[in-house]
Formats: sequence, structure tokens, C-alpha cells
Amino acid sequence: MGDLVLTTAKLDAIRAQLENNLISAGIHSVLIVDSAGNIIASCGEHMQGIDIISLAALTAANFAATSQIARIIGEEDFSLLFHKGKKDSIHFAKIGQDYILISIFNDNVSLGVVRLKVTEVSQHLHELLN
Amino acid sequence: MALIDLSKKEVHCKVVYYGPGRCGKTTNLIYIYNAMSDAAKGKMLTIETKGDRTLFFDLLPLNLGKIGGFDIRIQLYTVPGQTIYASTRKLVLKGVDGVVFVADSLKVRKAKNIESLQDLANNLKEHGKSMDEIPMVIQYNKRDLVSSPIPTLSIEEMKKDLNPQNKWPDFEASAVKGAGVFETLREISKLTVKYVAKKHLLIK
Repeated sequence: MGDLVLTTAKLDAIRAQLENNLISAGIHSVLIVDSAGNIIASCGEHMQGIDIISLAALTAANFAATSQIARIIGEEDFSLLFHKGKKDSIHFAKIGQDYILISIFNDNVSLGVVRLKVTEVSQHLHELLN
Repeated sequence: MALIDLSKKEVHCKVVYYGPGRCGKTTNLIYIYNAMSDAAKGKMLTIETKGDRTLFFDLLPLNLGKIGGFDIRIQLYTVPGQTIYASTRKLVLKGVDGVVFVADSLKVRKAKNIESLQDLANNLKEHGKSMDEIPMVIQYNKRDLVSSPIPTLSIEEMKKDLNPQNKWPDFEASAVKGAGVFETLREISKLTVKYVAKKHLLIK
């Protein structure tokens, strides 16, 4: 994994993508982390109540663990993960090789919408992060 | 890979406590967690598993104050020491900025210490790093057992096994009682911050 340099302008562009595509669609918290567990960007009004440092570290570990599961069944990697909760659910999507987009949403938003929006925004984020 | 956030003026570094199984890596973190003030520490994350072995990792974020206007934040990770959890160890080392190698003073663990140090060298190599490049500190843990009837290794013997050229700063410690824990942490924090700052040209 090489060094990533993000300028303020780029970071603002990333945040704008997250706000305009995901937060506006009703997803309440969005985070971008790298595969070593560092937080790149976060937005959403529920973010204050979440321990994002732990969330980022566990997300990176979760992806690494499931990629081993992927290998057992002959896949190289899983590109997205979804965990359903009673009230809130969480969706993880890989952006390129090194970054992960985390979306947390409640049952007012359907999984289909989340997947659609995440796929759309992933392309733009990939370009911004590389 | 350290994370330097210019908009929030924060530097995040990752320090990994490495070493053979049951040498006291988690005990180091727990001691630090209990001794530090609430303002300086974050939540300690341990993944609950049965028994007292670490299966995944532990994480303790610390706030070390300001250097040159930047908030220095260090995240301490531990790895599972047992030989079979090789892939987890490799994963936790991803993006590491500094390593504390915790060695076990028990005589029966002599070979395990050497094996673990070799494993660290191999895993760093797979991430394109080396022990010569990355800041590292060695901690000879469980020194409180020297006075007990349990056979232990002498410091000279451990140095000969693990640090023969005196390449890395080393400390005697007893993580259970707290001796040497903060000396180790202070040294690795200093070296890591210096390394990150130099690498990313914050200082000359």
C-alpha cells in the first residue's frame, strides 16, 4: 500500500460525493477507511455517537477475515459485505484495492437503494482516491 | 502508513506489539489503559473470545499531545502470538509505523521468542518493509519472575538471542506490575513519531 496524499480540495470533493449521493438518499452515516484501518473521511449527523476508530479497525479486519473465506470457496475477494441489524444495518463496499466505503442506515432505506447509490458513487471515489 | 490529516492537524501512527503467544502483549496494553488519564486515551477494543488468548487483535488509541501544532495520535495494536494465527498477524502489520517486540523471559519460551522475531521479519518483508527501516523496541517481559523458582533467561542470554548487535533499544519489564511498560511506550512513540515526521517531511 503506497502513501496517499489528500489535499483539502480533494477531501472536500470526496465529502461532497458522500453528502450528495449517500446522505441525501437517507443513509445516516458514511465513512471511508483504508485497509489498514485508518479513517480517510466521515460524514453524517449520527457520527458523534459512534466509536469510529474501532469501527475502522474492525472493518479492515472484517474484510481481511472474509477474504480468507472467499479464498476457501475459490474467490479472490468479496467486494461487498452487508450486516443486518434490528434497527440499523451496515453495508461495506470495496473501493479499488485499498479503500472501504462504510454506509450505516436504518430501515427507512432499502438495501437495494443503498447498493445502487454505493455502486454509483464508488466509481467517482475510486478516481478521487487514485 | 501513517495518516496525516492537514485539515484537522492530526498525525495518526500505528504501533504494533508483537511477540510469541502469552508473552504479555495484551497485558502491556491493559496496564497502559488503566494508568492513563481519560483525556489521553480512547476506548480499548478487545475482541472477546473464550480463554485469555487474543484471537484477532486489541486496539488502544492514545493522544500524545502536540508537536509543531500537530495532534499526535498513536494506535496501539497487539497481534495473536500463537504460531497458527499467522495470517492475522500479517494483516495487523499492514500499515505499521513502529513495532514493540515483547519477549518472554521464561526459559521454556527461548525458542518461541526467536521464532516469533523471525516471523516478524518475514511478515514485514511481505509488506515491503524491514526491521532495519521500521522503528523497533524490544521489551524483555516477565522480569518479576527472576526472583521466583521458575527458570528464567538472563538478560545477556536474551540479548544474544534477539538483539545481538544492539540494534534496537531494549527494556526490562514486568507488564503485570507495570515496570518498564511506560519506558517502552515512551521510546517507541518517540522513534515512531520521528520516523513518520522524517518520512513525510514534516521535519528535516
